[in-house]
Amino acid sequence: MHLADHWLNIAYLIAASLFVFGIKGLTKPRTAVRGNQLAALGMLIACVVTLFHREIISYEFIIAGIILGTVIGAIMAVKVQMTSMPQMIALLNGFGGGASFAVATAGYLGGLEGPVALISTGAAVLIGAVTMTGSVVAFAKLQELISGGSIGFAGMKFINALLLLGSLVAIGYLVVEPGNQMVFWALVVAASLLGLMLVLPIGGADMPVVIALLNSYSGVAASAAGFVTGNSALIITGSLVGASGLILTQIMCKAMNRSLTNVLFGVMAEGGVSMSDDEVYQGKVKSSSADEVAMILETAQRVVIVPGFGMAMAQAQHAVRELADTLEKRGAVVEYAIHPVAGRMPGHMNVLLAEAEVSYEKLKDMDTINPTFEQTDVAIVIGANDVTNPMAREDKGSPIYGMPILNVDKARTVVVVKRSLSSGFAGLPNPLFAKDNTLMLFGDGKQAIIDISTALKDA
Amino acid sequence: MDFIAMLTLFVLAIFLGVELITKVPPTLHTPLMSGSNAISGITLVGALIAAGHGDSVLVQVFGFVAVVLATINVVGGFMVTNRMLAMFKRK
Repeated sequence: MHLADHWLNIAYLIAASLFVFGIKGLTKPRTAVRGNQLAALGMLIACVVTLFHREIISYEFIIAGIILGTVIGAIMAVKVQMTSMPQMIALLNGFGGGASFAVATAGYLGGLEGPVALISTGAAVLIGAVTMTGSVVAFAKLQELISGGSIGFAGMKFINALLLLGSLVAIGYLVVEPGNQMVFWALVVAASLLGLMLVLPIGGADMPVVIALLNSYSGVAASAAGFVTGNSALIITGSLVGASGLILTQIMCKAMNRSLTNVLFGVMAEGGVSMSDDEVYQGKVKSSSADEVAMILETAQRVVIVPGFGMAMAQAQHAVRELADTLEKRGAVVEYAIHPVAGRMPGHMNVLLAEAEVSYEKLKDMDTINPTFEQTDVAIVIGANDVTNPMAREDKGSPIYGMPILNVDKARTVVVVKRSLSSGFAGLPNPLFAKDNTLMLFGDGKQAIIDISTALKDA
Repeated sequence: MDFIAMLTLFVLAIFLGVELITKVPPTLHTPLMSGSNAISGITLVGALIAAGHGDSVLVQVFGFVAVVLATINVVGGFMVTNRMLAMFKRK
């Protein structure tokens, strides 16, 4: 049985509406689960009605593909650890891009006519393939299969520009001569290479931007695939996702005070003569112990915890929650200060702390928490570095000058839990560590926090 | 559907997306990404049509690949989003 096209389109409209309600649900933690379910219902409707599309005449490949995809997807979703969520998102972005690329390729091989369909196919192949290979590189970096730092060589930008130009020329050529499959495959190869080369030079701390941007690309690719097949559901949904990724990208860039081009081409702002580690740290750093920190915490009324990527690395979120519980039992107020680019993707810290059952009301964003540091007795920085560097506020010559930071140095006492004095991604010394009111607690993040809790309970 | 109609949908949906997404709080940015990932698995609709096409084996093979990838996106995306959001709801 086949459904007429207008019934399909009405079903797609319902699905798209459910996606909109779904995203709307995500604007509040309380309605978010329901929103996600509504979106899933929309997807189910869209897929079920599509099975009755007049062009579908055989179901073997469909059934096999759905079973395989469901098994892989379900296993991934159940097994993934919250600390590995950035890798998971990177992979999902890549699969989305790959799917759009494959749909466009199938459309092209099935025979397409007209400039709109061909240009859209070219766009879907280009963006889809870039998203696919770029996301695989992002995944490999996050999973530490390859070095997380910047990988590149002289002339890389030039080659990237050539690859992009070549891809655009190939798309133009396809419109003139659609039958030339060599040109099509050349486009596939160029776009895949471009994806690899674009993400390889981007270093670890810039990953939030890259993941958000690839998220946006995966949406745009879906939209382009919708232009190929004239499918309203794909066009609407793809542009919703494209917009979402773009906004997150913008938020991330703003939080690092860098332009998108700077991030993409791995440029850091030119700084003046920056101070060496010795000048900043010599004789001023105070190394502390868990017992000493516990003693200070004993009388603290207000404590702010500042998590960074190091907390995820050390899997310390549960230990942090326990310390907060102990402090709260003693009558202190505990809040968490979350910098927008803390971690490796937007919202990374929030998810980790939610996993440790920290109430989301205690997670404060930068603008909310910053004015309160002056009334804070103790700020505990765990695994965060550049986002607390006062040079961003004070040193006009510094490469990170102007980046919005968490003003932890304004707290009465700052405790920094860190393995060593090594610099963060920006490669700069952090004068916070040498301040009079700062105590350094060197060691593994998780163990250090547990030690403080134990000392505090014994007190 | 003609090109202008598609372009209209595209542009209007972007405006809608911007309005909606700016209201999502930073706390939920990760679930937003995985959720929008799942939604972008709507490519599955195009993939199903390609995989069931039956004209040429090569088209079906690419359709099959697309169905697998898009299904991972949909199933993995919605399930992992649900898992994360359940943690936020607990309190």
